[in-house]
Amino acid sequence: MLKVTRLVKDFGKARIIYPTTFEVKRDEIVSLVGPNGAGKTTLVNLISGHVKVTGGKIEFLERDITYASPYHRIKMGIARNFQITNLFDNSTVLDNIRICLFSVYGKIKRGILPATHYKAITEEAAEVLDTFGIGDKKEVFPGNLSEGDKKVLDTAMAFALKSKFLLLDEPTSGVATGDKFKVMDTIISAIKKERMACLIIEHDMDIVSDYTDRVLVLAEGTIIADGKPKEIMEQSNVKEVLFGVKA
Amino acid sequence: MALKRFLMRPRFIIYAVVILGFVFLPRLLSTFNLILFEYGLTFAIVALGFNLLLGYTGLLSFGHGAYFAAGAYGVAMTAKYFPAHFSLEILIPAALLVSLIISAIFGFVCVRHTRIFFSILALALSMLLYALVFKFYHVTGGSDGLYVKIPSVFGYTFEGVRRPQFLMGFYYYFLLGVFFAALILMKGIVSSPFGKALQAIRDNEVRAELIGIRVRRYRLYAFIISGMYAGLGGALWSFVNGHVTPDVAHWVFSGEIVYMTLLGGFAVLAGPVVGALIFTFLKLYAMGSTEYWMLIIGATLIILVLVLPAGIAGGFAKLVAKISQHFATRAA
Amino acid sequence: MFVTPSYSSIPFAKSSRVVQRNEKMWPIYILNGLYFAAFIFLISLGLNIILGVMGVLNLAHGSLYATGAFMAAWTIVALDEGASIFLIYPALLTGAVIAAIFGLFMEYFLIRPMYKRALEYQLLITFGALLLFEDVIKMIWGGEALYASGPFDVLGRIHILGNPYPLYFLFVMILAVVVGISIWLFMVKTKIGVMLRAISLDREMATAMGLKIDKLGTFAFVLGAALAGFAGALVVPTTPALLGFGMEPLILAFIVVVIGGLGSLKGALVGSLVVGQTRSIGIALFPEIELAVLFLIATVILVVRPQGLFGR
Repeated sequence: MLKVTRLVKDFGKARIIYPTTFEVKRDEIVSLVGPNGAGKTTLVNLISGHVKVTGGKIEFLERDITYASPYHRIKMGIARNFQITNLFDNSTVLDNIRICLFSVYGKIKRGILPATHYKAITEEAAEVLDTFGIGDKKEVFPGNLSEGDKKVLDTAMAFALKSKFLLLDEPTSGVATGDKFKVMDTIISAIKKERMACLIIEHDMDIVSDYTDRVLVLAEGTIIADGKPKEIMEQSNVKEVLFGVKA
Repeated sequence: MALKRFLMRPRFIIYAVVILGFVFLPRLLSTFNLILFEYGLTFAIVALGFNLLLGYTGLLSFGHGAYFAAGAYGVAMTAKYFPAHFSLEILIPAALLVSLIISAIFGFVCVRHTRIFFSILALALSMLLYALVFKFYHVTGGSDGLYVKIPSVFGYTFEGVRRPQFLMGFYYYFLLGVFFAALILMKGIVSSPFGKALQAIRDNEVRAELIGIRVRRYRLYAFIISGMYAGLGGALWSFVNGHVTPDVAHWVFSGEIVYMTLLGGFAVLAGPVVGALIFTFLKLYAMGSTEYWMLIIGATLIILVLVLPAGIAGGFAKLVAKISQHFATRAA
Repeated sequence: MFVTPSYSSIPFAKSSRVVQRNEKMWPIYILNGLYFAAFIFLISLGLNIILGVMGVLNLAHGSLYATGAFMAAWTIVALDEGASIFLIYPALLTGAVIAAIFGLFMEYFLIRPMYKRALEYQLLITFGALLLFEDVIKMIWGGEALYASGPFDVLGRIHILGNPYPLYFLFVMILAVVVGISIWLFMVKTKIGVMLRAISLDREMATAMGLKIDKLGTFAFVLGAALAGFAGALVVPTTPALLGFGMEPLILAFIVVVIGGLGSLKGALVGSLVVGQTRSIGIALFPEIELAVLFLIATVILVVRPQGLFGR
């Protein structure tokens, strides 16, 4: 679904991403790991369009999106979240999702009838919340949610955009350890149900090995490994970069 | 059955009482106070629209006087140049059209920026209009302004009727009708998907963009709607005042619009209405009782910002929420 | 019955009537432009310092200018007629002092509580201060115009290219240059100046580095206020101090800030020159639309280069 070919990013004279090539297929859940400063967030920014490409090509669903605006990429089906939860604090949880649905269905322009009039969309929003396990918190404001629930809502919003491809930046950071797996369970099952593809930046190796099909290891702007989690984690160069262990 | 229960809800009873009160107001108030109330209503319409931009979209414009002036001068200049068409059913749409055009042009320029830049730009543009109106006195009457006489309505002219009579009779109900229409329309806009999108933009511009909302475009829509409300208010005001001067395009007048909205509270739909009414009476009584009325207005604004940022209606709404929460937990 | 009192002020362009309009007057127009620019420069310098260091757009800046003017006028009048020049000129400084004091109060009671709140609240509260100031000035100095032409008369005129030109105008221009250079040196060479610049460039970093933001912010505000007050004091020998006459300089200062760039001192200089010259030439040649032309320039710049010519 997503194909990145020889992607390069320079900030002035500094090269952040060296020619990088990889693919993510439909139904695949790929994690992107690497030490801090490796360029993971930059890579995600390049794919979502928030940072301009210096060289190389990005293709999504067989179409070249290298120079497409973030808005167009969203319309094509790429959605992302941010490391720091980014919610609409003055709208209810239900509204947070409902707004996404209005946008997706092109109803966001409608200015006369109240939002509650759109029953189908309201119901769907409630369903999404149920799928993600926060259906009981419909009328709550994000400020009153736990960190874990906020992250879930954040991801639910990206999910509600009916995208085909999700870019998730550390979806469980800030979540209490006990809840991490619950959050990932919810997210992954929703993704699998809709047959989306997903690229997740993660630091927690347990999550990586339990939930993802493939791992990309990024160090200093280059991918040094690409394969199944169990295999990758045995490789010496990976161990060195991630754990500082010299074989 | 459901309809009956629907109508018996406390909210509707309050609405009904309020509406009836407005309808019978001319019997209760003196001419002076009624006309003052009509001033208040025209400002209420302006503030209502202004709050769409401030409270719901999060943009502070210190230049909305320009669109008020657009409406007011639209009426006044029609009186001067097209006296044959000086009729309410033509004037109101004309005022809406003029304010639409001007707010669309100015708004297009303004919404490309945010926060302080937006406020300064809105201010600068309104002063541009002010300067133009002020200087081209051949056309606009300059600082002397233009006189606005009583209009005709669908061919009926108010022959021999003097202004206070006009204002106490037909015009009061006309104004009231327009006000309620504007209020209901705003309620619709605010609770619609579009309204929710505006609030999303206010709360988190980045996320809104990510969700596929065209932030700039929606801000422009909000700007234009608020500009048209201001123009409508300006036109209605011109009949009450009988006279339009460039002052209404000056940024200090725009500041008064901001003040009214804040006074009433920008988080509640009816807040600006309350604020506009209170401000109108407050200002006049302050002006009447002391020569230092600006001190009073300024001091109350400062106190308001320091102590009660949610405004009067906002503060009231919070109080009501607290009380009902208290009773809810009591009952539980 | 219900007409709002007019907020427009009498422009301080009145002083241009001292010189007559004439085709051979171009050097005079340019000099006048520099003269206007001098005032606007002082005012917008103050506005920019406050904006740059504290991020506050002080809507009451014109009121501080007016306060300075009234104070200086009153002081000069209070000193006897024929008082020595060495007494009259320093009397102008009282304008700067009183504005600084008012600025101190403003900062402490109004601006500081607003630090944590959204920027819009600062605009609102300085707007409230503007309304407040108008009447405070009225209360202290009465509602009538105060004339104090002493410093102007004393200097007389000199001849430039065959035309008589008030020496006082040149004095003001030179003073503005002196002040401008002093502030520049202050910002670049002294410790406090460097700290102020650091805060205006990156507030968070500055706090992290342990700079006393509160005290420095107050200092910046007071300095800005003093500059405004000083400018007001300087204008008094040529124009009477009137209620509401702080409005127009305020608007012009906004235009300068827009043209020159928010928070930029260089921008204040360039912007003032643009505004001053446009004003001078405009009044001489196209009096009807000169104000509109200025706003148009400002708007065009805001559209094309929103940060202003030298802004960030």
